[in-house]
Amino acid sequence: MSKKYDVETSISYPKKGAMGKTGSWRVFKPKLNKEKCVKCLQCWVFCPEGTIIKNKDGTIDIDFEYCKGCGICANVCKVKAITMEREAED
Amino acid sequence: MKVMIDTGNYIAAKAAIMAKPDVVAAYPITPQTTLVEGIAKYVATGEYKGEYICVESEHSAMSACIGASAAGSRTFTATSSHGLLLMHEMLHWAALARLPVIMCNINRVIGPGWNIWSDQNDSIAQRDTGWIQLYCSSCQEIFDTVLQSFKLGEHKKVGLPVMINYDAFVLSHTSMPAYIPEQKEVDDFLPEFKPLWKLDVDNPITFGNIIGPAYYEKVRKAMQDSQENAKTLIPEIAKEWKNKFGRYHGDLIERYKCEDADYILMSMGALGAESKVAIDNLQKEGLKIGLARVRTFRPFPTEEMIKLGKQADLIVIDRNISIGSEGALFNETKAALYNKTDAKVHGFIAGLGGKDVTYQDIEKICKKVINGKAKDFEWYGLEED
Repeated sequence: MSKKYDVETSISYPKKGAMGKTGSWRVFKPKLNKEKCVKCLQCWVFCPEGTIIKNKDGTIDIDFEYCKGCGICANVCKVKAITMEREAED
Repeated sequence: MKVMIDTGNYIAAKAAIMAKPDVVAAYPITPQTTLVEGIAKYVATGEYKGEYICVESEHSAMSACIGASAAGSRTFTATSSHGLLLMHEMLHWAALARLPVIMCNINRVIGPGWNIWSDQNDSIAQRDTGWIQLYCSSCQEIFDTVLQSFKLGEHKKVGLPVMINYDAFVLSHTSMPAYIPEQKEVDDFLPEFKPLWKLDVDNPITFGNIIGPAYYEKVRKAMQDSQENAKTLIPEIAKEWKNKFGRYHGDLIERYKCEDADYILMSMGALGAESKVAIDNLQKEGLKIGLARVRTFRPFPTEEMIKLGKQADLIVIDRNISIGSEGALFNETKAALYNKTDAKVHGFIAGLGGKDVTYQDIEKICKKVINGKAKDFEWYGLEED
């Protein structure tokens, strides 16, 4: 958590989910195949929302409460371990 | 302590570098004055060790100061006339962001026509930006006020930018002696800049994001409260300066021979110094008149005005005009007194466009009021041109 400043002006502090549960915006959902994943973490680097969870053993998970389904992770995945599927088809 | 005999601008430059700002950003071309040349000289000699940014406009100068201040730096700039007008948008920005940028403004005419003489309409037009506005009447006062302004603006109870105003040529280009303290004494007086907030990669925040109506109103109220705090701090800092360096130019107002006065003359800037000669002469003639030179236009010294209004009738000379209304000091003085006193207030416009206002002119204005011949509001000296 960032230190708060004692001044009334237009400062916003980082907070998880400040805009609500943005996962509901999703039309396409990333589907992760853990068998294919080589733990390169390109998806973790590129995800604009910080919704790729890096586990202690180097594997990843996806935080679907906030993932907006932009598909960048699937696009950067070198081994196609992430694919995008229509939300309703899940 | 040594004496420096130089122009108001070079004395202001000396004061500015003695505050050791991390960043000075300024535009170098007219209506800019020799103040920034003065700072450039200190860059060349190595006396000023901060960043000196030569920008492409005054809008950029203020923007650069805002960026530097937001990163936690002590900042200084200077401008004048149209340069100040070009900054207008960013003046609001600096104040709303609570960034204590310190700036000298040399009061100069706004064109057209082209005229760079003394006139306060440039700074009066920035009245509502949230900046603290101070007005000086001598080169010594400029030096002392610049250093006091850093302490004032950066104070945690204020956190607002400060504009130090002084008359073009009459002060900016006129050599006068000024006592200059040792650097160590200034360092003892002026603490290190501790920003109210800053952009810091180790403490991430977003600044200037969208805020809703209710919170925006709170931001405005906090600025108003800080201006109120400045009303207490300006006299406190002036007294501290007096104890340390022995010089004092008044609190929010400088009162000169006001005891037992039935009339009090009011003005801002160098006119206030000229008025002292007029007051001396009028008192020699047996007239009961004193002088109140207004040093701070923002915050406006409402409570002090009421005290003056309870004592005497007031004569206000403005070297500015809010076209379609009246002189700014006249207008606001009346507003301060409304419902509080029965004082009569007379307003005069004099010295626009740098027209000389001598002590004889000021005596004529005062006598016209005392003899009951003055209108509530009039222009002085038009008929003589």
